[in-house]
Amino acid sequence: MEIQSYTMNFGPQHPAAHGVLRLVLEMEGEVVRRADPHVGLLHRATEKLAESKPFNQSIGYMDRLDYVSMMCNEHAYVRAIEQLMGIQAPDRAQWIRTMFDEITRILNHLMWIGTNGLDLGAMAVFLYAFREREELMDLYEAVSGARMHATYYRPGGVYRDLPEHMPRYRESPWHKGKDLKRLNAWREGSMLDFIDAFTDDFPKRLDEYETLLTDNRIWKQRTVNIGVVSPEQALAWGMTGPMLRGSGIEWDLRRKQPYAMYDQVEFDVAVGSTGDCYDRYLVRMAEMRQSNRIIKQCAAWLRANPGPVMIDNYKVAPPSREEMKDDMEALIHHFKLFTEGYVVPAGECYAAVEAPKGEFGAYIVSDGSNKPFRLKLRAPGFAHLSSMDEIVRGHMLSDVVAMIGTYDVVFGEIDR
Amino acid sequence: MSDTLAARLRERLGDSISSLTQALSETTLEVGHEHWLATARILRDEFGFEQLVDLCGVDYLGYGDSEWDVSDVSNTGFSRGVEGYGPGRFSWNERPESRLRERRFAVVAHLLSVSNNQRLRIRCFAPDDELPLVASLVEVWTGVNWFEREAFDLFGIVFDGHPDLRRILTDYGFIGHPFRKDFPLIGNVEVRYDPDKERVIYEPVTSVEPRVGVARVVRDDSRFLTAHEEQLGRRPAQEQD
Repeated sequence: MEIQSYTMNFGPQHPAAHGVLRLVLEMEGEVVRRADPHVGLLHRATEKLAESKPFNQSIGYMDRLDYVSMMCNEHAYVRAIEQLMGIQAPDRAQWIRTMFDEITRILNHLMWIGTNGLDLGAMAVFLYAFREREELMDLYEAVSGARMHATYYRPGGVYRDLPEHMPRYRESPWHKGKDLKRLNAWREGSMLDFIDAFTDDFPKRLDEYETLLTDNRIWKQRTVNIGVVSPEQALAWGMTGPMLRGSGIEWDLRRKQPYAMYDQVEFDVAVGSTGDCYDRYLVRMAEMRQSNRIIKQCAAWLRANPGPVMIDNYKVAPPSREEMKDDMEALIHHFKLFTEGYVVPAGECYAAVEAPKGEFGAYIVSDGSNKPFRLKLRAPGFAHLSSMDEIVRGHMLSDVVAMIGTYDVVFGEIDR
Repeated sequence: MSDTLAARLRERLGDSISSLTQALSETTLEVGHEHWLATARILRDEFGFEQLVDLCGVDYLGYGDSEWDVSDVSNTGFSRGVEGYGPGRFSWNERPESRLRERRFAVVAHLLSVSNNQRLRIRCFAPDDELPLVASLVEVWTGVNWFEREAFDLFGIVFDGHPDLRRILTDYGFIGHPFRKDFPLIGNVEVRYDPDKERVIYEPVTSVEPRVGVARVVRDDSRFLTAHEEQLGRRPAQEQD
């Protein structure tokens, strides 16, 4: 009997397609002969929109790129502007950024472990991961007022200092009595107290996930030796982040090209050996532990060193209300800043950060006006997904799901 | 470190370099389009740039144009800043004539050397604005495949030798190259569900007007020098008590 190859659509409405991936698969029975990802279904032309607005007005769009690692995207964009203008955020702002980059990394990896587990048949991890995500989202909300799309980083610093009090749950028909007490147990003090409590507790939670997965037979059957990426392949395809480290190349921008305060904190870089899905799982788990360590160090520094969180330069940052009411110059600056923005000197600049998924970069060409002439956002997922065809060729259909999961694709950043 | 890189580049590449600049601690190498592929190969094999991190197109049409004259207003007064053909200002019918500059489309790539911990930006301008054609780098860095497809899709830059140059981000059947500076921000067509025909239809854009909130202003004044000095330690006196 002869088996004919046939073509099938995977997505864009498939639950394991992580959003809007349409994958055209050429199959020979259960084996994939060719994979052709169709992307762009979430293309919003962020880069073109940015060309029509003053620099600051596009920060909010950055959150919506990789919408599970919001502040890291902002960081790349804000850093590019700062470099072009030759300004630098105060130390405290840099520490806050470092801390929130790591909080974001945990947020992202929790999302990844949850959905990847769900794709491969492990339901429980998802529920646990979202429990912790909720607490971290509360941190986002406490500093910026928004749970996800924070717009918290600004050129020259961050929007405001950490709040004195961590917001508490109020009594309601759904939260009362003992339950309410449990929910508010960490929230009696400041935000840094909450962070301390979280970081003390989080390694135990990670152990729980590891109990569920690391030695789990089904999990290992689905990931060990699946989607092996050789170091040469990883480099040639422009892979970064856990995808590159999983293949045994020790490359981490936080270590190799440190930005913010990463040269002041201690952490280890986890590296895999075989470059399969299981190794990348282990790398990301280890990264969460390291992020937890970094957050702890940042919180300790922030507790000990109060100070300004925004640059004292009214060309870039708005003056305070008191000064505006008192000082004509400040009022004019405020008016010009909000009606026109600031002019960035002509030039070009590429700034990259180690986002949870890999290298997220912002390339800005400025012609000396108040809007970027061209903004290019380098999304790690775009490069990763482009290697799909080569990596899954010869794998079974179910391994494609494992591979999509391990790429950690998010279409907000791939389609931009 | 990067000084020696620049020196080594100059020595090795010689005449094929159009310009080699260093600014903001980044090195930018510009080569003619005829040297694009050969340079890429040399950079990978001899300079250790194993990775192409990013490649994108840039349309330099209207570079440096200001919509609001702020330099000579003593006699005339400020305009309302609502004229001009900057991004978002025009619709499909009134697209700006392509005021041809000598070179309009460029391809910019960012290279990374993992072994030497170095970065390099390379750029090449397409010789012909009507049909921008640049050699593809796929045979040097496999991963550039999608980046070149994207530059083709958004800017219409054709990459000679690319194995699979299809559109990537725009819709199936899309017409035009949306990131060109003469492509309107409101787009060309819009989509809606037609209850009579009982299907989704495409129509020319009618529901949005071109609108820009803030005029594009090019200023060349001392504000950043001042800002820089302020940063270096001098705060306004009134705050210090």
